[in-house]
Amino acid sequence: MIGASTIRKEGRPKVLGTAKYTDDLHLPGVLHGVTVRTRCARGVLKGITFLDGVPWDEITVATAADIPGRNVVASIHDDQPFLVEVGGAISHPEQPVVLLAHPDRHVVERARGLVRLDVEELTPVLDIQAALDRTQVIHGDRNVLKEITILKGDPDGAMAKADRVFEATYRTGAQEQLYLEPNAMIGTVEEGPEGRQVTVSGSLQCPYYVHDALIQLFGIPGDRVRVVALEMGGGFGGKEDYPSVIAGHAALLALKAGRPVKIAYDREEDMAATTKRHPSRTILRTGFDAQGRLVAMDIDFVLDGGAFTTLSPVVLSRGAIHATGPYRCPDVRVLARAVATNTPPCGAFRGFGAPQSLFAIERHMDHCARAMGIDPVELRRMNLLKAGDTMATGQVVREGVDLEALLDRAMEEIHYRGLEKAYRVRNAWDDPIKRGVGLSLFMHGCGFTGSGEAHMASVAAVEAREDGTVAVLAASTEMGQGKNTVFCQIVAEALGLPVDMVETAEVDTRFVPNSGPTVASRSTMMVGRILQDAAHGLRQALVQGGFLAEPYTPEAFREAAARARRELGSLKASAQFRTFPGTTWDDKTYKGDAYPDYSWACYAAAVSVDLNTFEVKVEDFAAVQEVGRVVNPTLATGQIQGGVAQGIGWALWEEVSFREGRMANNQLTNYIIPTASDLPHIHVAFLEGGNHLGPGGAKGIGELPMDGPAPAVLNALREALGECRLDEVPMTPERILQRLEEATHA
Amino acid sequence: MPETLRIQFTVNGEARSVEARPMDRLLDVLREGLGLTGTKEGCGEGECGACSVLLDGRVVNSCLVPAVQLNGTEVVTVEGLARDGAASPMQEAFLSHNAAQCGFCTPGMLVSAEDLLRRNASPDKEQVREGLAGNLCRCTGYAKIVDAVQAVARGEVEK
Amino acid sequence: MRSFVPDFQARVPASLSEALDILESEPGAWAPIAGGTDLMVLFNAGRLPSRKLLDLTRLFELRGVQDEPGRLTVGALTTFTELREQRVVHQCFPNLVKSARATGALAIQNRGTLGGNIVNASPAADTPPALLAYGAEVELTSRAGSRWIPYAHFHQGYKVMDLAPGELLTRIRLPKPEGTGYHFYRKVGTRQAQAISKVCLAAYARLEGRTVAELRVGLGAVAPVPCRAPRAEAVVRGCSLDALPFEAAREALQADIAPIDDVRASAHFRRVVAGNVLVQMLKDLAAARP
Repeated sequence: MIGASTIRKEGRPKVLGTAKYTDDLHLPGVLHGVTVRTRCARGVLKGITFLDGVPWDEITVATAADIPGRNVVASIHDDQPFLVEVGGAISHPEQPVVLLAHPDRHVVERARGLVRLDVEELTPVLDIQAALDRTQVIHGDRNVLKEITILKGDPDGAMAKADRVFEATYRTGAQEQLYLEPNAMIGTVEEGPEGRQVTVSGSLQCPYYVHDALIQLFGIPGDRVRVVALEMGGGFGGKEDYPSVIAGHAALLALKAGRPVKIAYDREEDMAATTKRHPSRTILRTGFDAQGRLVAMDIDFVLDGGAFTTLSPVVLSRGAIHATGPYRCPDVRVLARAVATNTPPCGAFRGFGAPQSLFAIERHMDHCARAMGIDPVELRRMNLLKAGDTMATGQVVREGVDLEALLDRAMEEIHYRGLEKAYRVRNAWDDPIKRGVGLSLFMHGCGFTGSGEAHMASVAAVEAREDGTVAVLAASTEMGQGKNTVFCQIVAEALGLPVDMVETAEVDTRFVPNSGPTVASRSTMMVGRILQDAAHGLRQALVQGGFLAEPYTPEAFREAAARARRELGSLKASAQFRTFPGTTWDDKTYKGDAYPDYSWACYAAAVSVDLNTFEVKVEDFAAVQEVGRVVNPTLATGQIQGGVAQGIGWALWEEVSFREGRMANNQLTNYIIPTASDLPHIHVAFLEGGNHLGPGGAKGIGELPMDGPAPAVLNALREALGECRLDEVPMTPERILQRLEEATHA
Repeated sequence: MPETLRIQFTVNGEARSVEARPMDRLLDVLREGLGLTGTKEGCGEGECGACSVLLDGRVVNSCLVPAVQLNGTEVVTVEGLARDGAASPMQEAFLSHNAAQCGFCTPGMLVSAEDLLRRNASPDKEQVREGLAGNLCRCTGYAKIVDAVQAVARGEVEK
Repeated sequence: MRSFVPDFQARVPASLSEALDILESEPGAWAPIAGGTDLMVLFNAGRLPSRKLLDLTRLFELRGVQDEPGRLTVGALTTFTELREQRVVHQCFPNLVKSARATGALAIQNRGTLGGNIVNASPAADTPPALLAYGAEVELTSRAGSRWIPYAHFHQGYKVMDLAPGELLTRIRLPKPEGTGYHFYRKVGTRQAQAISKVCLAAYARLEGRTVAELRVGLGAVAPVPCRAPRAEAVVRGCSLDALPFEAAREALQADIAPIDDVRASAHFRRVVAGNVLVQMLKDLAAARP
């Protein structure tokens, strides 16, 4: 089961076009809801006016005054309101203020244009530099949402003794997840004899985040709130926290209207209002000894969190821990800060802070190597982490980790040295096309950072169904990554059954336990491990209850499970997260095992750039990784290829243009993601390494492929272009021109 | 009173008659008027291709076609690709190659892929990529989609 | 979908004369719509100014390509796909094929029309530079009759055209190049497919021996309108292929254009790239062996 390329469980309805996504569902009597938003980045809401032009008496209107519970979107900190109150602060230009609903979506759309907000404007803080300058203070006393310091040894002393010290600044831009299905949610509120029942179903990654948010919004106990995850057209982190907002809005309108309400964002609204990848700025100072060994690192890492705290503290944490890259260094300081600006809050996006800091270190290693006259590959080889080395948090690298094998394999896959030699010869010719090859070496921590998994204490279960087949009960959602299939494979393996005897249950908080959010490359490794335990529990229950004798055939299991269920009324086994033996973590000092394990990778890119037009084409790409045992090679390959595509997009084209805090290019015409014609075939190879923690030895893979492409592509571009400052993504043609002109003038 | 039209056209081989306003979009006529929700809206500006259907034998973005232009036309949607409820070879290939991940671009992608092979029975990789360049996918990096189309072209998928 | 659908009316004339009658009856009230690949985008976004649409798709007389000695006449409703499929267009006007292929993706090419591409008057449209380089003329028809004007005179300012309220653009006529010619088309977009141009350059050169007897350069996305490059053309005209004035031509071209900064590219970028693409074209031309 584990290791087989089982066909995607929910694949058939998807290819037949019969899979139902949120906006495909038609509910009798449903109203269409829309959101009226602020337009200024910072100010105070003075009043709301409803202009003539629609039958207002037919339109359901909800404002902050209609909220029965707390006007706070439950998250790490309680600083984001569901709706701006009259008299309240406006913190970014896409903040929801008024909600409207009507049976005719054209009428409600027209009504949206007839709500006027009376606003007193204030000077906004629009980027990282403005936040750090503190000319305007919009959060706390210095615009800092969260600060983390990681300290190992004596970085100042070591830096002073280094033979060579290099300092450079790197920047990355915001990125839109661009799941193909825009956000959509349906809310229903029923007033029953036992009290109010709130139900929300829609496109969401984390059912229990939405559940928590609704409990707070309505001020009712958890058993009065039900959240159902429907078929999801992609998430990539973009449906981690914002669905709580939309769910609250839909439910609030439903409460006011007494009818179900659907809110389906169009692409423009989805891009403008929902979360993005955090923009970053990293100042890296590295010291090397005379041989090129890293002796000191001093890293100043800043993320733009946007207007509210949301997930920024944990994004920052992952970014900070990955900031040193996969390198050995005895003396390290990482100062990491997430700052507040008057832009829509940034949130989760595949990689979660790590792509930003890994971009910086992986470009920087190339830069330092060239400055020292060392081959960039050899500088990496000299400094890469080996088993027994300690990382910045003091975590000891496990036995079996072999980054050199990854490096060698990636170079082999792309014919690195052959290309490098051929390109150097050809680049000397009088031809506007220049070519280069480059690579990146990196890791991605599996599961939540630090003690996150222990705090979450996730639960998952397996249950025998009437016919003796098995249902998987977990709150983890399917967004295309393959969770349905992989969970079934893991449970089937643990029970010794063919995979078609196991199905995942609908993700409905009434029936599935809280296995935690579907994020952080944790589903396969963390939830999978819990499911493996649960499956072992079910097996044991059948055997110890005398229903089944080992060894058994699938048919014997089916009969035994059906009989046990009949006799016992139900047959279900739950399991809870168990701390990994031998791991420790201190949240205060940032010391210990930041992650129970890491996935490791080396990506290599071959690029061409046209010096007439500054267009870049990625001609070849090899993604080689060690992710423990691969549960489903076909699905895993798809995940890697898709992640690489997003990484290449971020590296070269995907730019969010902000004007006065608002996304100005919130259309697919102007926010450029790669088409089929823009990408090469992406070669994927897995080197299976040892990991005893995950189910069957599996580790996380979802986010890993986002981390490596940007630095690999820019390192290749540096090889193609010669000396110039390639310190930012996206490295658009405009920026390439600018960097080349700067290099010419220098 | 807003004017409405009676549209007589053929959808997935069946004669249909619907009431619509002149500027209702084909996408909405299909999804709301006929309950054919396989066709998706991903952008509403003709960029993503999630709403691709065949109109008189050519791939179009159904979000860019007003109802006023539909009388007498022939439309094929993803629901019309299967024959007698059985998936087409292209649909089978998308399934076996994991060319559908989140599945939201899949209906439009399938319509474009079927059209591509009707016009060019054995496209090379570049031709497949150009033929599908109007259909954005955010999950796959396109590799498995290209593989699936070529597998069908080579006759490797059982009907 | 942000437009209020009930507000919109449409008429479907069965013939050109019926369409012209409607246009004449309420000057400026009716907006013609054909493939919808531009108007429907505005409509979806709630930014279509007109509430009255005149659907031209039944005007079959405005479709297709007429191949005559010395010239090609293209109906305004001919789609990009139809252009791509015409043998005579490939043979005589390869840049037009390339420009049709560069317009959107297949689903757009199947619907979008050459006439629509012209009257939408986007400075970044892909076919206008090719039409300019081929010295196209356009036919404008109203109840009063038809007039032909050089396409190079049609665009008068950003979205301002020599097109009266009662007129429709009905046909496009291209003189077939005679003798030895050189064709060049280059679109620089934001990505390989389905991109909006940041710079687009089409050129046609007529050669007499190794001399450039005539050069026409059409440009997109570098001025408020698709435009010719008269200064650059003059610099190159009469030069030998062995001594093409690359840098003088570049400077002349950069004086010909008036690019702007927008969300897609900076004016500086457009200026540099337009110059580079022209020089690339001239180098390619110099390497040609007539």
